[in-house]
Amino acid sequence: MPEENGNGGANGNGGANGNGSANGNGKERVGLLQRVKAGVQADVQALKTDIPTKAKEQMDGLKDPTKTQVYTSIFRHKHDDTPRNRALGILSNVFLHLHPAKINRDAVRYSYTWGMGGITFYLFIVLTFTGALLMFYYHPTKVQAFRDVLYLEHDVPFGKLLRNMHRWAAHLMVIGVWLHMFRVFLTGSYKKPREFNWNVGVILLVLTLLLSFTGYLLPDDQLGFWAVTVGTNMARATPGLGNEGPFGPQMGMTPYNDVRFGLLGGSIVDANALLRSYIWHCIGIPIVASIFMIVHFWRVRKDGGISGPAPVMLEAEGDKPRR
Amino acid sequence: MDWHQLWVIISAPDNVPIVGLIPLLCFYIYLAWKQAKGNDDLIAELEADPAMAKTHHRKTWPFKPGWQKEVHVWPFLLRIEFLAAIIITIILMVWSITLNAPLEEPANPNLTMNPSKAPWYFLGLQEMLVYFDPWIAGVVMPTLIIVGLMIIPYVDTNPLGSGYYTWKQRKFAISTFLFGFIVLWISMIIIGTFIRGPGWQWFWPGQTWDHNRQIYEVNRDLPDLFGIASNAGKMIFGALVVGGYFVLGGLGVYSLFRRYMAKDFKRMSLVQFSMTQVFLLIMLALPLKMILRLAWHIKYVWITPWFNV
Ligand code: HEM
Repeated sequence: MPEENGNGGANGNGGANGNGSANGNGKERVGLLQRVKAGVQADVQALKTDIPTKAKEQMDGLKDPTKTQVYTSIFRHKHDDTPRNRALGILSNVFLHLHPAKINRDAVRYSYTWGMGGITFYLFIVLTFTGALLMFYYHPTKVQAFRDVLYLEHDVPFGKLLRNMHRWAAHLMVIGVWLHMFRVFLTGSYKKPREFNWNVGVILLVLTLLLSFTGYLLPDDQLGFWAVTVGTNMARATPGLGNEGPFGPQMGMTPYNDVRFGLLGGSIVDANALLRSYIWHCIGIPIVASIFMIVHFWRVRKDGGISGPAPVMLEAEGDKPRR
Repeated sequence: MDWHQLWVIISAPDNVPIVGLIPLLCFYIYLAWKQAKGNDDLIAELEADPAMAKTHHRKTWPFKPGWQKEVHVWPFLLRIEFLAAIIITIILMVWSITLNAPLEEPANPNLTMNPSKAPWYFLGLQEMLVYFDPWIAGVVMPTLIIVGLMIIPYVDTNPLGSGYYTWKQRKFAISTFLFGFIVLWISMIIIGTFIRGPGWQWFWPGQTWDHNRQIYEVNRDLPDLFGIASNAGKMIFGALVVGGYFVLGGLGVYSLFRRYMAKDFKRMSLVQFSMTQVFLLIMLALPLKMILRLAWHIKYVWITPWFNV
């Protein structure tokens, strides 16, 4: 190809030459001009064939995007529908490899797990997302907190929707955790070898309730204020550690040094309490809960996946060791 | 019948989750019961026919030789998960568009809310404040609930019913859990949400909340009924009653286990059995104390200078 183009350029040069002799003078310059002209013409000629070829190659390449370098750099294997690729699709993805490649054919039945663990986890993600957006507008101070919520409700675009979604997702998550625990119990899924994971679950249950509770105070309205007042007043009565609890006074507890004081950062629900719940709600508990969730999911896999639906056992088989 | 009052309570935005929780629970109990019944019928069939038990795949769902035991997660599980995520998102969106999160007046320590209620998921504990002192309802009970849940896998030695719904193989475990979860937790929340009004007084659904209602109840302590006046006497008497409850109750639990759950009893170690006894008796003590209060207006059973039970 390049050779042919070169020849074409030479022909063009001849034509330019004729023009040059008609002018008569400035032969050197004309020579330069001619050479440039000839070069340009050669380029144009070449362009006419080069670009269409390249364009065609490009288009052909796009017909199968999975062969492009960008694609192959992202996806590490083919996706035509073979069992191997279906498995690889799960195993080579950092998020999906939480799952095994294959599972018990009946375990995907909704009636067994009710999907509640997964739904709870999804709600946790929704809450993290909407919560982070809310944090852009919220200051945990006595002066600003309540106003920020008003501002969110009335002026921030979609602010009301954001706040509502955060609130209702939190309630749904509490319901989800309870139902999840209920089904885990009813299917006997806490039995060997899943005892430990049940306990991780109990901790997650407590953390979920604490997340909800610490969030309750943040709007700094009457509802949250009195709920938290009622709630933390009970801490006053902690045996040994609260100033009104059994053996509290004997342990030297006063309203200014007992557990309630430690929780609230003061003897009343005020600015420090707001700041403390904010930090627990947005940083402390979410991090701890995330860590426990990682352990929880890891253990589901390590304990042999979902417990069932397992083949039923007969009374007589009960005392034989299983598997 | 004050429909307006009823509507105000049911439609309060923060109460909507509980209004929703009730049908959800009914549905899932039904779903679990249906599967348990299916499995129990299958178990009965297989127990009666040992030859069939050897070859049967032991599930209520069909399975034919040649079918694969496992399926690919993609697409068979992931599509369900994605679908669930979409459905939940839609529900959440619709809910958030139609119903606003509550926002009251700014916090004001000088203006007490009446009734001043904890968030709904803690109302069970708040309801217990009626019957128990705060250190029990607010501190000891939550601790016991958490510990109680945690020991379940270690005291339930029954190897049957792991990984499938059943009732016949786990009657005791399931009824205990239902008692704790439905009777002691959910129904107390329902009472706390729908029944308790100003002053934490009892208002039937549809009864108008009367902020000025006063109830004069003369509460007595159990020792008073027996004419015990001295403080030392009250302390010793209470300790005897509470101790007696646990000793007699423990004996009762033992005699029930020995008779009706001999297999479970044989499998349990001493620690496992005594833990079961203690937690069972504590659970049963809650309704007992409630009955004492409701029927005989008894406030405390055991009175000491440091704490009252
Ligand atoms: C933030 C809360 C929680 C999340 C996100 C969560 C998530 C999950 C998920 C996704 C699974 C897989 C199976 C399924 O979806 O049912 C699972 C299984 C399990 N969860 Fe949870 N869970 C939570 C709380 C709990 C609680 C409160 C308990 C019990 C007290 C619990 C005990 C278990 C057990 C024992 C399993 C294994 C069940 C089996 O093998 O069938 N989890 N969890």
